[in-house]
Amino acid sequence: MSHLLKRIWIYGETLGLCLRGSRALSQLAELPEMHQMMRQTCRDYAAKELAPIAATLDKNHTYPAKQILELGAMGVMAVEVPEELGGTGMDYLAYSLAMEEISRGCASTGVVVSVNNSLYIGPILKYGNEEQKKQWITPFTTGEKVGCFALSEPGNGSDAGAASTMAHQDGDEWVLNGTKAWITNSWEASATVVFATTDKALKHKGISAFLVPMPHPGLSLGKKEEKLGIRASSTANIILEDCRIPLGNLLGSRGAGFKIAMQTLDSGRIGIASQALGIAQAALDCAADYAHKRTAFGAPIGKMQAIQFKLADMALAIESARLLTWKAALLKDAKKPFTKEAAMAKLAASEAATFSAHQSIQILGGMGFVTDMPAERHYRDARITEIYEGTSEIQRLVIANQVLKEYQP
Amino acid sequence: MSGRVLVGVKRVIDYAVKIRVKPDHSGVVTEGVKHSMNPFCEIAVEEAVKMKEKKLIKEVVAVSCGPQQVQETIRTALAMGADRGIHVEVSAKEYESLGPLQVSKILAALAKKEEAQLIILGKQAIDGDCNQTGQMTAALLDWPQGTFASEVTLEAGHVKVVREIDGGLETIKINTPAVLTADLRLNTPRYATLPNIMKAKKKKIANVKPADLGVELASKLQVLRVDEPPQREAGVKVESVDDLVGKLKEAGRI
Repeated sequence: MSHLLKRIWIYGETLGLCLRGSRALSQLAELPEMHQMMRQTCRDYAAKELAPIAATLDKNHTYPAKQILELGAMGVMAVEVPEELGGTGMDYLAYSLAMEEISRGCASTGVVVSVNNSLYIGPILKYGNEEQKKQWITPFTTGEKVGCFALSEPGNGSDAGAASTMAHQDGDEWVLNGTKAWITNSWEASATVVFATTDKALKHKGISAFLVPMPHPGLSLGKKEEKLGIRASSTANIILEDCRIPLGNLLGSRGAGFKIAMQTLDSGRIGIASQALGIAQAALDCAADYAHKRTAFGAPIGKMQAIQFKLADMALAIESARLLTWKAALLKDAKKPFTKEAAMAKLAASEAATFSAHQSIQILGGMGFVTDMPAERHYRDARITEIYEGTSEIQRLVIANQVLKEYQP
Repeated sequence: MSGRVLVGVKRVIDYAVKIRVKPDHSGVVTEGVKHSMNPFCEIAVEEAVKMKEKKLIKEVVAVSCGPQQVQETIRTALAMGADRGIHVEVSAKEYESLGPLQVSKILAALAKKEEAQLIILGKQAIDGDCNQTGQMTAALLDWPQGTFASEVTLEAGHVKVVREIDGGLETIKINTPAVLTADLRLNTPRYATLPNIMKAKKKKIANVKPADLGVELASKLQVLRVDEPPQREAGVKVESVDDLVGKLKEAGRI
């Protein structure tokens, strides 16, 4: 290429990069109109249909079946799924916004939506063949059916490579044996993505992913766990005893299970970060409103610096985590690496949620401790966000790993 | 019949916002305040979209008059299922004095231009609370009107409207083309679904100026002053009915 042409080409590339970069940057500063509309409709729905019933759902541990159907009709149960498969065909930023707004109304409903979108549909969309996508994704876009993700076991959570659930081939079937623990949506799910060891000698490279319908012979559910928070969503063991599935139910290639799990959790982290943001925001909403109304020493408590500092710290933590979450989503949408950013987002957002919920109770004082106000529920709901889909400790390891890679001599 | 329904949508301050009067008492604070579609307009859009889903009509056209921002409201109507939008451009200054009479003239002109079979509006806007636009539009067009509708049944050549009136419910049968105004119990507006929000992006919004429709915007009304409602004061407790009558006479009430 001639010297002049080369300079023009580089200029064009740089301009293109700048424009793409500036568009992504401007999306951090102000969302595009479609995303704003989408966020608004989810916010309206959460405020009118979820927030008023969230306390009752929590108290009675009731699965929000009607609301999940309505969210399905709105396209929220399959945000990223292409239209030809029955989904909405929007990007991950849109999904993150939807998750935050839904969770702001009801954290339990949020986790049901998140697991269906990121953990169940996510890996099938990325690793499934066309047949599997039609069979295992399309019926799960409407809210009529939800899926779940079975990775953790009683013997291993963070140590995912130590999976002891086994799968061996017997003729034209796979046979699965083992127990999975802490499975969200298990009691309502119509299918699950299960991880099992197919070649023990290969250690974590010997784990494979399988699609199992529910209910199914050989698959049974443990008791519903009684949890501190997100009580309207079911969590239970999935027990596999000579559970037989067709060979075609293998998801991705044999031995790719660990990679599939890790990549799925990378994306899932953005969903959970968004859920945590919703909980944190709800806690701030509650506290700021109270600060205006409650008076002490002759003035609304919002006039006192001690309260003001708390509100400022809460708002700061939430906004910082939100920007990290949006950046992770934008990077994913641009098909750029986003592992570090997703881990940062999940870590920041979950810690913002527990912090905000804690401070919210403090601002409400005694009122924060009783069920009359939602602060205590936000406190209980927030706690799990630091644990599932990668504990805060694991997130720190992921981030450190990425940072060290960047500085590799 | 054309099968085309015109729906008017107005951008108003959101119903949940606490309204504050401007310090100069010329109006209410609108800068930086959350706005959304007038709730009765949402009901009007929902009714039109339902008619289209039942295949009773062919096209729903959402109309709004005002400055640039009203396009958000038109797009919300599109996201609810309207087919296309018309933005009647009115400058921010002119918008301050835009009232039911001017809007009615605009809607009447558009209805003729679009050969509309029906115009559906909200019964009133929650900012002006005028409850005049529907009635004036019908009068300007010399069309029948079904106002305060809580039930609408569209049939060939006419429409049956159940109206909410002071004494209860009144059912009338009017010929089309007609103007209907939506009351609270007509329907429950749908939430815009994500796929429809995406589809709305591709739907067209045409820009029109009032002058193009031959409408003069000058208003003969002038807002003199806007005040907050008086603060509720403490009442007075009385011991007997005679006391009560005495106090009322004192206050000049009876």
